[in-house]
Amino acid sequence: MKAAVIVFPGSNCDRDLTVALEMVGFEVTKIWHKGSELEKGIDLVAIPGGFSFGDYLRVGAIAANSPICKSIISHGERGGYIVGICNGFQILTETGLLPGALLRNSGLKYICKTVALRVETTDSVFTQKYNLSNVIKIPIAHHDGNYNANVNDIEKMKDQDLIAFRYCDNPNGSIEDIAGVLSSNRRVLGMMPHPERAFEKAHGNSDGMIFFKGLVEAFATT
Amino acid sequence: MKARIQIMLKNGVLDPQGEAIKHALNNIGFESVTGVRQGKVIELDLEGSDKSQVRSQIENMCNKMLANAVIENFEIELL
Repeated sequence: MKAAVIVFPGSNCDRDLTVALEMVGFEVTKIWHKGSELEKGIDLVAIPGGFSFGDYLRVGAIAANSPICKSIISHGERGGYIVGICNGFQILTETGLLPGALLRNSGLKYICKTVALRVETTDSVFTQKYNLSNVIKIPIAHHDGNYNANVNDIEKMKDQDLIAFRYCDNPNGSIEDIAGVLSSNRRVLGMMPHPERAFEKAHGNSDGMIFFKGLVEAFATT
Repeated sequence: MKARIQIMLKNGVLDPQGEAIKHALNNIGFESVTGVRQGKVIELDLEGSDKSQVRSQIENMCNKMLANAVIENFEIELL
């Protein structure tokens, strides 16, 4: 199983994500954003958190126009698996692979704390190991996590069961308490919370471990 | 040629920064202020003299990167 972790100037969760993916058994290549090609045979593209390009212009907007993003978009359009965490989620909405946009938190403050999330669907490789309506604790660390999408997109997400996680106690003003969403083919996930920061006992919380274990099982059996 | 692009959040999209500015203005005595929206201005220097061509080029830039149609509107002014 091969994963590519994409690194932009300002990414700061690339190492954590790499460690988590490697610990469950992925062979991980880090790819600098100026590369234009993904290696052949990549099962999963993982876009880490951070502050790519200093959040200039709009969060994720400049990264979404980086050379590597053309390959990421075609990987997604071919039905490839992609996960974007925090800034990675912001970048995925900017590329159009996921609907909506992330705005400034409604309380205007940067929020860094562990929050409770409800698993809203188990029908994806990312969430299959959880039970429906499981409440898990995962850290968030963002200034722009206020998810917004137009009414049609929200209706479609509800009809097609594309909302992956909801906040139990909405910290940032996200519409419908949305913390994570899936693409219509269920193979692209964007989420603001950081499962790679709640991965092992030393983190004091390993609720994120199940996320990565589910991923590795999905790829091991396909 | 110079161009100025004004980018604003769409009506209906909550602008927490505008809200904070409004509260601050009210607090320092400007009680007449009932609404604030904050946007951004981008100025471009570009080559070309055909106004309609330049304008359509800038529209392209806005759609591709400078603005996000999900949440923002933009207005282009050629100077």
